[in-house]
Amino acid sequence: MSDIGSEPESLHEPEVVDEVARVHDCPAVVDRGQEIVHVPRDRYVEVAKALLDDGYSLCVDVTAVDYLEHPQRPLPAGIEAERFEVVVNLIDLENRRRTRLRVQISDDEANIPSLFDLHPGTEAHEREVYDMFGIVFDGHPDLTRILMPEDWVGHPLRKDYDIGHIPVQFKEANA
Amino acid sequence: MSTVDDPAVDEVASADDAPLVGKDHKAEDAYNQAHPDAYRQFIPQTDEGDQQLKLRSELTANDLLREVGAVLRMSEAEAAALGDLPDDPDEDQTMIINMGPQHPSTHGVLRLMLELQGEKVLRCKPIIGYLHTGMEKTAEQLTYLQGGTNVTRMDYLSPLTNELAFSMATERLLGIDGEIPERAVWIRMLLAELNRMSSHLLFMATNGMDLGAVSMMIYGWREREEVLRFFQEVTGLRMNHNYIRPGGLAADLPPGWRDGVLHILDLLPGRLDEYDTLMTGQPIWRERLQGVGVITPSEALALGATGPILRSTGVEWDLRRDLPYLRYDELDFDIVVGGYGDCFDRYAIRLAEIRESMRLVAQILERMPAGDYRIQDKKVTPPPRARIDESMEALIHHFKIFTEGFKVPEGEAYVGIEGPRGETGCYIASDGSATPYRMHMRDPSFTNIQCLPHMMRGGLVADAVAVISSVDPVLGGVDR
Repeated sequence: MSDIGSEPESLHEPEVVDEVARVHDCPAVVDRGQEIVHVPRDRYVEVAKALLDDGYSLCVDVTAVDYLEHPQRPLPAGIEAERFEVVVNLIDLENRRRTRLRVQISDDEANIPSLFDLHPGTEAHEREVYDMFGIVFDGHPDLTRILMPEDWVGHPLRKDYDIGHIPVQFKEANA
Repeated sequence: MSTVDDPAVDEVASADDAPLVGKDHKAEDAYNQAHPDAYRQFIPQTDEGDQQLKLRSELTANDLLREVGAVLRMSEAEAAALGDLPDDPDEDQTMIINMGPQHPSTHGVLRLMLELQGEKVLRCKPIIGYLHTGMEKTAEQLTYLQGGTNVTRMDYLSPLTNELAFSMATERLLGIDGEIPERAVWIRMLLAELNRMSSHLLFMATNGMDLGAVSMMIYGWREREEVLRFFQEVTGLRMNHNYIRPGGLAADLPPGWRDGVLHILDLLPGRLDEYDTLMTGQPIWRERLQGVGVITPSEALALGATGPILRSTGVEWDLRRDLPYLRYDELDFDIVVGGYGDCFDRYAIRLAEIRESMRLVAQILERMPAGDYRIQDKKVTPPPRARIDESMEALIHHFKIFTEGFKVPEGEAYVGIEGPRGETGCYIASDGSATPYRMHMRDPSFTNIQCLPHMMRGGLVADAVAVISSVDPVLGGVDR
């Protein structure tokens, strides 16, 4: 009976998410060996600027998660879970390290300042997030859809977006 | 012969406002008014609206500045300092043309809108999404075991790199990333390097063809096919392998795999020397590429470019060395960088990277350890086939893993690795269920095509082809 039933012993508990430091006065945690900085929305650009000055000169990725169906998730004290989360991955080439910003964004105010002026390479990523999640990046020079057609209705990666289906008819088999 | 009251002269004079070419549209217009939707059903709307490049007349000076800044990824002040090339031409001197989506040198369905003045490219805007199939949404419906089949199809020229990034992110979430058996790790490295070689060989083929070295097309595909033949022996498929899976690999290397690798290692050096003869040293080839599509290190960094594009500017950045993963820190290899940031550097870097990958493969071949090819963790690994015949539990376990999948602890992780085109990253957020709550692939091509407008600005249309080719975008990865 060892194969099933009880949970295998080797199931690994996630590392305890505990606050290790404050990066530019924002709570920072190390989860699974990766540094994560939880940034309040109103300090988003400010912190990104400070990190740029610290050497995080390459912004590799901007993406988002819609936590509509999973509202309860571990977050450090002082950070309130909202529906959307914008996730930014930064690299410091000099010191060879990565960091990740997570910004909580509420449903009714789904907008956030654009990082375009700091990292122009986020232009396409922010358009993608806008296209897929409907999060508006204030100050973005060309905030249009990028992957979906211009007249598309809705934002496909939102959790309340119906994935659609083709009805399948099952016919009686001739035995 | 003609006099002032010649009716023909009158007619020409009065038709001054009408278009000089084209037929009389009155009958068509009348029909259209009577049947407003007649054309719509046959000619689908293909206009992308605001995504498209706009006419100069539709833009105010500030808009244009902002747009130039946006397309060139500069601040408005920098764009203003740059001025516009050449001295803001009038609109009747320029035209906007579409290059693609069905253009052979756009490597898929990339559409570029180019504003041209004669042969000179003033503005360029990539329009993408023609291959978008919502693979990130699909990933939310697939278990972690099935996810590999999905991500492998994104950047279809580096399927194993995608699988590796996805598997490593999953393992990071599971907390088993340090426990993958040595043999699996080394096989992963072997395949990742061979994948880099096959991808760069295809680049050699397409880059050659785009620039008129048409026989290069055949040679590149021929050599790549040798690598794919090895992949087929190992994984069963030429592409879209789903071979690297969370926890290890789908199967061990087949008997005789060493001969397959040695065959590639024996074959390629001579062939690469032929490439040098055919292209690298050729004055026509150099004329065509040197000084074309130049990008500076600071621009490349600002644009988020990685891989050969960033390295062509002289920035030494390779995740295999700088943020090592697998066992790359135990291997001896060089990072190839350029100095000019032009198309020739990007070509030469890829050619040299094939040789570096061969060095790596030779070392991996020597050091390939024996052992298991997947982690013996009942949570993620199905029981061996032989156990299924004798144990009911094994059968149930096997069934459950393949139907329900395995649960992954709550959390999120990002893993970025060095793919052939740059940083291939996988971000997974898990809610504790057997499917990713959100899976995002950071594809290098998606970011790298942002460099196109910058590289093309002020260049010739003919060089636009060289520039696209040197960025080596894969639209399957761009659009996902």
